[in-house]
Amino acid sequence: MNATVEKIKTGDKFAELFDRLHTQLPGNASIQSIRKNAIAAFLKQGIPTRKNEEYKYSLPEKLFKTNYSLATKLPSLQITADDSKTFDISGITQNKIVLINGFYSQQLSSVNNLTKGVIVSDISTSFEKHAAHIEKHFAKYANVDADPFIALNSALNANGLFIFVPENTVVEQPIHIINIITANELSLIQPRNLFIIEKNAEIKIIESLDAYKLSTNVVVNMVTEISVAEQSKVQYYKLQNDCEKIAQINTTQVYQLENSHFDTNTVTLNGDWVRNNLNIVVDAENCETHLNGLFISKNNQHIDNHTLVDHQKPNCQSNQLYKGVLSGKSTGVFNGKIYVRRDAQKINAYQSSKNILLSDDATINTKPELEIYADDVKCSHGSSTGQLNEDALFYLRARGLSTDSAKRMLLYAFASDAINTIRIDVLKEHIDKLIEKQLIQ
Amino acid sequence: MLSIKNLKAGIAGKEILKGINLEVKAGEVHAIMGPNGSGKSTLSNVLAGREDYDVSDGQVLFNKKNLLEMPPEDRAREGLFLAFQYPVEIPGVSNINFLKTALSEIRQYKGLPPLDTKEFLKLVKEKQALVEMQGSLANRSVNEGFSGGEKKRNEIFQMAMLEPTLAVLDETDSGLDIDALRIVANGVNMLRAKNRAFVVITHYQRLLDYIVPDFVHVLYNGRIVKSGTKELAMELEEKGYEWIKELAPAV
Ligand SMILES: Nc1ncnc2c1ncn2[C@@H]1O[C@H](COP(=O)(O)OP(=O)(O)OP(=O)(O)O)[C@@H](O)[C@H]1O
Ligand SMILES: [Mg+2]
Repeated sequence: MNATVEKIKTGDKFAELFDRLHTQLPGNASIQSIRKNAIAAFLKQGIPTRKNEEYKYSLPEKLFKTNYSLATKLPSLQITADDSKTFDISGITQNKIVLINGFYSQQLSSVNNLTKGVIVSDISTSFEKHAAHIEKHFAKYANVDADPFIALNSALNANGLFIFVPENTVVEQPIHIINIITANELSLIQPRNLFIIEKNAEIKIIESLDAYKLSTNVVVNMVTEISVAEQSKVQYYKLQNDCEKIAQINTTQVYQLENSHFDTNTVTLNGDWVRNNLNIVVDAENCETHLNGLFISKNNQHIDNHTLVDHQKPNCQSNQLYKGVLSGKSTGVFNGKIYVRRDAQKINAYQSSKNILLSDDATINTKPELEIYADDVKCSHGSSTGQLNEDALFYLRARGLSTDSAKRMLLYAFASDAINTIRIDVLKEHIDKLIEKQLIQ
Repeated sequence: MLSIKNLKAGIAGKEILKGINLEVKAGEVHAIMGPNGSGKSTLSNVLAGREDYDVSDGQVLFNKKNLLEMPPEDRAREGLFLAFQYPVEIPGVSNINFLKTALSEIRQYKGLPPLDTKEFLKLVKEKQALVEMQGSLANRSVNEGFSGGEKKRNEIFQMAMLEPTLAVLDETDSGLDIDALRIVANGVNMLRAKNRAFVVITHYQRLLDYIVPDFVHVLYNGRIVKSGTKELAMELEEKGYEWIKELAPAV
């Protein structure tokens, strides 16, 4: 199978590309109209420049300076089962889904004993096969006018994953989605995922993203919509580990209904250039939302976490803790928005961002943005940036620990409360090991 | 075991130790007393290797090795232990984990294999009993939320775990209730041995009733201005420091 090579540059090249390509992309008439609407929204916004507040610390402009080809087909490169195993999390074997550049690999995936009614499928066939669900949820949460990358993905996505959990259904075993990114030419890869969790259902999703035999730089613009219905509980873990040569804009758009819980962790350990947009709209009462993030960056890596929790209804609670450990010349951004709408009384919303700079050349920009229109709410935010505690370092060394192991111990202690919320033990162990490895260098 | 000759050290351009001389032999217990701000903690920090201090003159030999050239961890591995006057709280680092790593790095330095988990936990139990420390404290983060007395007890517990050859106790008795004082002293006395020495910094003669010193030194204004036996401590208790100050060389 050959990849369709469509050279694209910035700006209006996309219009031309869209005209030529959109009829070949999957989807019936209603999907096509979503695509058309999205490309118009994208062209209106364009690739963000320095003038765009939202992207001023993470300029994607430079990513699009060169020619890219749009990845619309499965790459010809063969990935053997043994190769794909290197991305496994030991202890999580039952439900493993491998996506190569967003394309579902039947061969490498293994989904066993899913409860009756649960659907795990690639999204392009779901457009037809599960049209009723798609009609109701697809592109209903990620707003093309809110962000040019949502628009670009909505216009030109080529594939992705569809998960559906019916009412009153508990998926016991976690589902591990392995995103493998591979290419031998500059590409724009745009996976598009939709997870629908119906009333009183439960699921745990782990999503990892790794580079595989990448001989060139690529841009990944991924959009994931998650619908969390009444009384349902969703745990969503994002692990961005071996991402060298990948520039990624990773948008997660969540919609929560009454009495639901949404807990998420975003762990970025070897990101190259990462922009995470995590947007959560809480549109009903008595919901809980927990957002935790940890990144460890080095060299010239750039890690940007943007979060938005939009409290539209009263009596809800949200909690955010983001931590960063930066060394080398790496840069970090944390921007956390909390909206509390006028009718959303009795909201408890907390946000905290803490960072350690291990070198003079590393920098972090943190910006909390609280917009509160209700009067009976409890909201707070805090951020801190500092160095390792010298007194603690000396204390440990005075007990015989080498400087390296003392530092590692302190950094792990610093990082740990952002990952202690992970409720899948084998995942927690897996991430602990990866962190250990990062901190040794 | 420890030989300090004309040690001068300071911090932030200010000279604090102005020529310390002290000989500590294996098996001995030395007490150091002296008014606030005389330089007792500075001396212990310089010995432990705190890098904030500048040593401008003098020499310190520890078991015939040049102590001042070693990084703090090697001093610890060579058998030096400092019980801090103000033990630092380290949230997120568990006491037990940290001691396990410390012990295995010290053993590695000595060419010994690490203790297996069972042996290690047995040691923990044994030493906890020695200082009558609650098991829960050992499992908590290092000193986090510990009361003043609990912190001091934790220092002695760590000392018992690491079995140093020279222990410097910087006001370990301050802030202890009578029972805790007896327990801490007990811990020290159990560790007293022919091949081990102690330098006990204290303000109170009371501690020296429990830990009977071979020598007592008075540190004043960066110098040891008087040395004697345990009777000196009683004299200080009775007379205060005024008469000592007259012994110091004029500035
Ligand atoms: N970082 C520093 N900068 C400036 N001066 C310092 C610093 N650290 C200590 N000193 C000064 O050095 C002197 C000696 O302090 P040190 O802590 O050694 O006294 P000490 O004998 O242990 O007193 P105490 O009995 O109160 O514990 C004091 O005058 C103190 O203010
Ligand atoms: Mg002192």
